[in-house]
Amino acid sequence: MSKHNQRQEYGKTLVELGHENQNIVALEADLGLSTMSSLFGKEFPERYFEMGIAEQDMTSFAAGLALGGKIPFVNSFAVFASGRAYDQIRQSICTANLPVRIVGSSSGLSDFGDGATHQAIDDIAIMSVLPNMTVLTPCDGIETRKAVRWAAAAEGPVYIRLSRNDLPDVFPENGEYDPKKPVVVREGTDAVIFSIGIMIHEALKAAEMLQTEGISVKVVHIPAVKPMDEAAVRSAAEGAKAIVSCEECSIYGGLGMQLSYIFRGAGIPMEAVAVMDRFGQSAHSHAELLEAYGLTAPHIAEAVKKALK
Amino acid sequence: MAISLTAARDLERNANHIRRDVVEMIGVGMAGHLGGSCSLADIISVLYFHTMHHDPKNPKLPERDRLILSKGHAAIVQYAALAECGYFDKALLKTLKNFGSPLQGHPDLRKLTGLEANTGSLGQGVSIAAGMAASLKLDQNPARVFVAAGDGELAEGQIWEALMAAVNFKLDNLRVIVDKNGLQATGKTVDRFPIENIAGRFEAFGFAVQEIDGHNIQEIVEAFEKADQVKGRPTAIIAHTIKGKGIPFAENVASFHNGTLTQELYNEALEVLAKREEALL
Repeated sequence: MSKHNQRQEYGKTLVELGHENQNIVALEADLGLSTMSSLFGKEFPERYFEMGIAEQDMTSFAAGLALGGKIPFVNSFAVFASGRAYDQIRQSICTANLPVRIVGSSSGLSDFGDGATHQAIDDIAIMSVLPNMTVLTPCDGIETRKAVRWAAAAEGPVYIRLSRNDLPDVFPENGEYDPKKPVVVREGTDAVIFSIGIMIHEALKAAEMLQTEGISVKVVHIPAVKPMDEAAVRSAAEGAKAIVSCEECSIYGGLGMQLSYIFRGAGIPMEAVAVMDRFGQSAHSHAELLEAYGLTAPHIAEAVKKALK
Repeated sequence: MAISLTAARDLERNANHIRRDVVEMIGVGMAGHLGGSCSLADIISVLYFHTMHHDPKNPKLPERDRLILSKGHAAIVQYAALAECGYFDKALLKTLKNFGSPLQGHPDLRKLTGLEANTGSLGQGVSIAAGMAASLKLDQNPARVFVAAGDGELAEGQIWEALMAAVNFKLDNLRVIVDKNGLQATGKTVDRFPIENIAGRFEAFGFAVQEIDGHNIQEIVEAFEKADQVKGRPTAIIAHTIKGKGIPFAENVASFHNGTLTQELYNEALEVLAKREEALL
């Protein structure tokens, strides 16, 4: 299975979009060599705004560019793009429903070395709570390309959550991209796992593990944690005897809580795999953190069995 | 270039109409941002009735000059000017803050024609204006962007981020107006942070700076003209103003930042403005 890096695929797609549409502009707060917005800057220096380490100004400045008819992509690490500039996103962008795209790079625990200050476990919640905002949670490099293209044409604000590290290809290369449409990645009959972002990879491993124990699990990827098509999500779980949510962010305000609302009254046992109200910390690998925070396949498999009991 | 005395008097009358609309919008018994709206009224009058290129019949004219109130709480002064210019029926002013009204407590461009940005959370308007100015430059559009901030608002750190960006991107189509009325919601600005030398601070950041009397029509007109001569960097106009200007009982009184008028004070304000109107005829 080949691998891609979401940041690289994002950067390359942004350059393609820049060639296709003169109105695409990008803003960066001195992390361009990591977010890969630098690729756009190299190709289109006049449309690349290096704002310095000033995320709040960058975000409102992007609102001004959007009001001038531009299609801005705002870049930083997810923790700063969403958190440092939260009020600017809320006030300058979302109340006016402006088409600004905020790209949160190195999200979740994927910036493993930098520790709690750099690990976004709260971005999903604080971006989802904003009216007008769409929150895209692509699972691999292929989907990232599609999500970025979709975002470029969207009418309102969009937050795109990207991971730092290489990821196996999972999303169907030729499949259509509709952020509201759940993507069934693996069929199964006993339980269903819903996941966002990179958690699809652990979810698939968990399904494989459970298969050897005679438990058939369906794995469904949610391309956008917000807005979700409730009816489509419910129908994806039809016949399932248990539901497990998987996300590399806080349990508060994430996928699990949304699903518990969507499945209200359905009487299906549910479990959640998420960051349980803790900040991140430094480690030598992303995998080490995923394990320590209970986000790997064995934990997901346990959650499925618990829900099926 | 100085404008004629008649033209200056007309702009003063427009400012007086704007102040009257502001008082009528606030009405009796309801809180409203009287002080910071009246301190801006003369500048707003000059912008909408003299300096800015705009067309109320074509509010989205691509070449229009833009005005953003970073101090969004003074929205009513902009609503009054837009109504006086004919962007919408003046009767709409009476609906201020009514449920469902396009005249929100702070400017909402999705609801009311003629507004250029959503502001209200202080400190963000200069950044928005700078981004807008940058987009105009990319399009080689000659329009200018005016943005008004309060002196109390300068406590917001984002303002200074925006100033650095505006200088870095050489946004000579941007005019930052500081409505230096010296008061904020609960007292004097200088008692909260040292802000005596605003002009020096803007100069140190790389702006072309002018200091004017923000209630002198000729000075306001000429300041905007001089700003057009500056190339390669943005202009700041530090306007010395009086909070509540034109309404004697509210002048330099912090409590009228978002104060409430009794029936007596409401009548008094409208009488003063009516007398001023007669004097300007």
